[in-house]
Amino acid sequence: MSLDIEQVQRIARLARIEISPAEAATARDQLNGIFGLIETMQAVDTAGIAPMSHAVDMVQRLRPDAVTEADQRTAFQAIAPETDAGLYLVPKVIE
Amino acid sequence: MSDLINASLRELSAALEAKQVSSVELSTMFLDRIEKLNPEINAFVTLDRAKTLAQAAEMDARRAAGDTSPLLGIPLGHKDIFCTEGWLTTCGSKMLHNFVSPYDATVVTKLKQAGLVTLGKLNMDEFAMGSSNETSYFGPVKNPWDTKRVPGGSSGGSAAAIAARLAPVVTGTDTGGSIRQPASLCGLTGLKPTYGVVSRYGMIAFASSLDQAGPMAKSAEDCALLLNGMVGFDERDSTSLQRETEDYTRDLNKPLSGLRIGLPKEFFGEGMADDVRATVEAALEQYRQLGATTVDITLPNSGLSVPAYYVIAPAEASSNLSRFDGVRYGYRAPEFTNLDDMYSKSRAQGFGSEVKRRILIGTYVLSHGYYDAYYLQAQKIRRLIAADFVEAFKACDVIMGPASPDTAFAFGEKSGDPVKMYLSDIYTISTNLAGLPGMSIPAGFGANKLPVGLQIIGNYFDEAKMFNVAHQYQQVTSWHREMPAGI
Amino acid sequence: MKWEVVIGLETHAQLQTKSKIFCGASTAFGAEPNTQADAVSLALPGVLPVLNREAVVCAIKFGLAIGAKITERSVFARKNYFYPDLPKGYQISQMELPVVDGGSLTINVDGNEKTVRLTRAHLEEDAGKSLHEDFAGRTGIDLNRAGTPLLEIVSEPDMRSAAEAVAYAKKLHELVQWIGICDGNMQEGSFRCDANVSVRRPGDPYGTRREIKNLNSFRFLEQAINYEVQWQINEIEEGRKIQQATVLFDPDTGETRSMRSKEDAHDYRYFPDPDLLPLEITEAWKAEVKATMPELPQAMQQRFTGEYGLSAYDADIITSSREMAQYFLDTVAVAGTASAKLCANWIQGDLAARLNREEKSIAEAPISATQLAGIIQRIVDNTISNKIGKDVFDALWNGDGANADAVIEAKGWKQITDTGEIEAIIDEVLAANQKSVEEFRAGKEKAFNALVGQAMKATKGKANPQQVNDLLKQKLTG
Repeated sequence: MSLDIEQVQRIARLARIEISPAEAATARDQLNGIFGLIETMQAVDTAGIAPMSHAVDMVQRLRPDAVTEADQRTAFQAIAPETDAGLYLVPKVIE
Repeated sequence: MSDLINASLRELSAALEAKQVSSVELSTMFLDRIEKLNPEINAFVTLDRAKTLAQAAEMDARRAAGDTSPLLGIPLGHKDIFCTEGWLTTCGSKMLHNFVSPYDATVVTKLKQAGLVTLGKLNMDEFAMGSSNETSYFGPVKNPWDTKRVPGGSSGGSAAAIAARLAPVVTGTDTGGSIRQPASLCGLTGLKPTYGVVSRYGMIAFASSLDQAGPMAKSAEDCALLLNGMVGFDERDSTSLQRETEDYTRDLNKPLSGLRIGLPKEFFGEGMADDVRATVEAALEQYRQLGATTVDITLPNSGLSVPAYYVIAPAEASSNLSRFDGVRYGYRAPEFTNLDDMYSKSRAQGFGSEVKRRILIGTYVLSHGYYDAYYLQAQKIRRLIAADFVEAFKACDVIMGPASPDTAFAFGEKSGDPVKMYLSDIYTISTNLAGLPGMSIPAGFGANKLPVGLQIIGNYFDEAKMFNVAHQYQQVTSWHREMPAGI
Repeated sequence: MKWEVVIGLETHAQLQTKSKIFCGASTAFGAEPNTQADAVSLALPGVLPVLNREAVVCAIKFGLAIGAKITERSVFARKNYFYPDLPKGYQISQMELPVVDGGSLTINVDGNEKTVRLTRAHLEEDAGKSLHEDFAGRTGIDLNRAGTPLLEIVSEPDMRSAAEAVAYAKKLHELVQWIGICDGNMQEGSFRCDANVSVRRPGDPYGTRREIKNLNSFRFLEQAINYEVQWQINEIEEGRKIQQATVLFDPDTGETRSMRSKEDAHDYRYFPDPDLLPLEITEAWKAEVKATMPELPQAMQQRFTGEYGLSAYDADIITSSREMAQYFLDTVAVAGTASAKLCANWIQGDLAARLNREEKSIAEAPISATQLAGIIQRIVDNTISNKIGKDVFDALWNGDGANADAVIEAKGWKQITDTGEIEAIIDEVLAANQKSVEEFRAGKEKAFNALVGQAMKATKGKANPQQVNDLLKQKLTG
């Protein structure tokens, strides 16, 4: 398989990364090189093998339902790009 | 006092205990050294002398009050992937160039409690994506053994700091070899523990199912002592393991007679540089002299580890890095026309090219229509790779091989070709996929007096045994005590 | 030719936990913006999720209540998309292996019972809130709600009208409150519905559906579906094809409109969350949860129609909330099983009407079940008439007296049952209303009722109406 410019642009848009046509062309070439490496996987017959999502074979530990976190808005918003009246501000969202 | 630069943790601890030196003096000594050498090496990205010395004074006060914690007052450096309250925590990225963490990672908290003093934050490949430290927004780290060469990555700042004796111990993280490969290239000891042994809370995520923090130091004993302070169950990390506390130094002095060392034929084939091969073979001979036997084993699917890794790690990373959107913290592009434009520009400008490349790979392999062929297939292969190790450990106690196919390479040598760079981790990635502990120890020098690392892979939770295996070797060799000339 | 409407609902029920689903921040409603947004809610670099046990208990309760299969090992997945109220850039949800699998709910529309099948229910986290109004060209983001536990309940496309969809939504709304997993507060967004609507010719395959998002009242749900159905029919009849879309309902215009975001940009890239391990629910845990659950409305309905002889309709209404069912049981316990039907009538009649008028819940009713039972007992033993019963009810509601007997005594409302006394009054009435008497004898039945009315008026309503009837008839025809 090989990616074309449109596919690169589509995934860049999905990933919210602005990409110029020149960058897209470079990315396409590099990704195709990397996918050349990845493709060697496809030859392996993995029928009946369970996918492994975690490095540990355990089940989820559960937390008691208790409020443990105090308000730290001032500290957290001190590092925010833009806030007002306790809210984070972003350009207007249009639905 | 200058002999303390090359001292072991036990020696430093004894000096502190005997009041030959205070933590403030020791920290000052390392800070002075950093001030002198760091402009060239670029291992540290953030320093704050006042904060460090205040913390050191606090540790001296603890000692005066009767605290006898073994690591009390010892200075260390943190890889800049660990959130440290009140310190810049950049993860090597422009995206977080202004991020002063409002909280401490669990590892940072634990080491503070153990009495260690933070010297500063260590340079790294951006978001831990790289094998040469060339992807850092704050410039490359230079290998103290040859400043025209890379220190390896992603924990390149950590490795260079130890090699240049800018800190006695440091923290690192390893997602595909990021502790072991730079340890190998810089001639030091580093261990990636079993997945789940060290908390990931507060360690900025690259690939959550692979990331694991570990110690880096001159010797195995130092690493064992530091690991003692890093481990432990953390209720804030769902993948943190609940286990009995263990002392990783407990088996250091056990003799190695009867030790079975597995040598995977796949680790000794094509692709390994001659000087690396010769050095690793010599180390294995040393082990035989220590009473160990070597057995040939096979890890038949290990050749698939790089392809599987370069699906799984970018997939997880593409999602983990979505939070960097310029809304709540970090970099926001100065100009944009609307919300989507703000996202796209902030992320395009805030991330470097390697990070963007991996986000694109990850986004693609998870996207509609490709998930089964890439992501699911990679996860199935991951299980095959893990199963290979289970089988292999039936015939041996530890596995050995090279940590890196070559010694430190020159700046720019691989950075133009991602595939070439990705193959730097060919011997280290499979242990991350399996969740096993892996280690690199200095095994000698190759051409141009560049360090070569020997990789030791242990079974799950066999860290104490690995330290024993490494320590016994370090009792009869002095590679780990060698310092770069002129440092 | 007729059109068939096909509706499936996706309902988000906020679970009643103290803390969020993956962290220890509070879920309390109405706090100052972002004061309940902790490090995890904000998705600071390095933070990790840990699952709240109580949220899982809620999901188990729901699964048991609808007769579903509880998945032994369910999996949390990341749903990836960018939105400012979604701090991580992904929502932790469940995809392939949801915690609740299948189940069903029985609804009643115009006396017809119908079973709606459920596809699944899964645990996920809520997003924050975007405030579009106040910041001149900006949107303000409040992340207090981000991470609140949700149960997303997905039905099969089994509903065939807006009325059925509303009946299903109401039944679900009653159930989640009944089992105590959701407060059901629709104004605060604790219970919200998305409706998938399509139309087709009967017998045809399903038509293309459009999803109406975020309906937070039953009235809007009904209006939105009815508007959408008509819109789709018009489109098709005018020769256009329906495009799959997400639409919003505007309560001001009563119309639905397509969202501006590009549908083709949605590719959620679901994958198992590496930060969360499989959720295991053992048989033992299920049994433990089951033991804590109240009798379910369906079982109670059967008991009420069987043991107490209520009609299916009455039993359905009485079991619309656990509080009402308990009130009914408490009333019957005092008034006696023989009066169960009368108790049900009073509760769903006078009591419900009065509560409704004063916007009170049954828990806030000023009149207790024991007090109501006291009224019913006096009606049954003929101490008072049904009509006087209503006056006693009002008096007790207003706090005039401790119980029915005290009110009746104080007001002198005891029914006149002495035949002689009633006869004397009737004689007076007949004497004073000769015209009516003559009309009655001339065959005008209505005149009889007028005479009864006069007699009751003369006794200030205290005479036993049946006795008045009987005696009057005797005197006129005897």
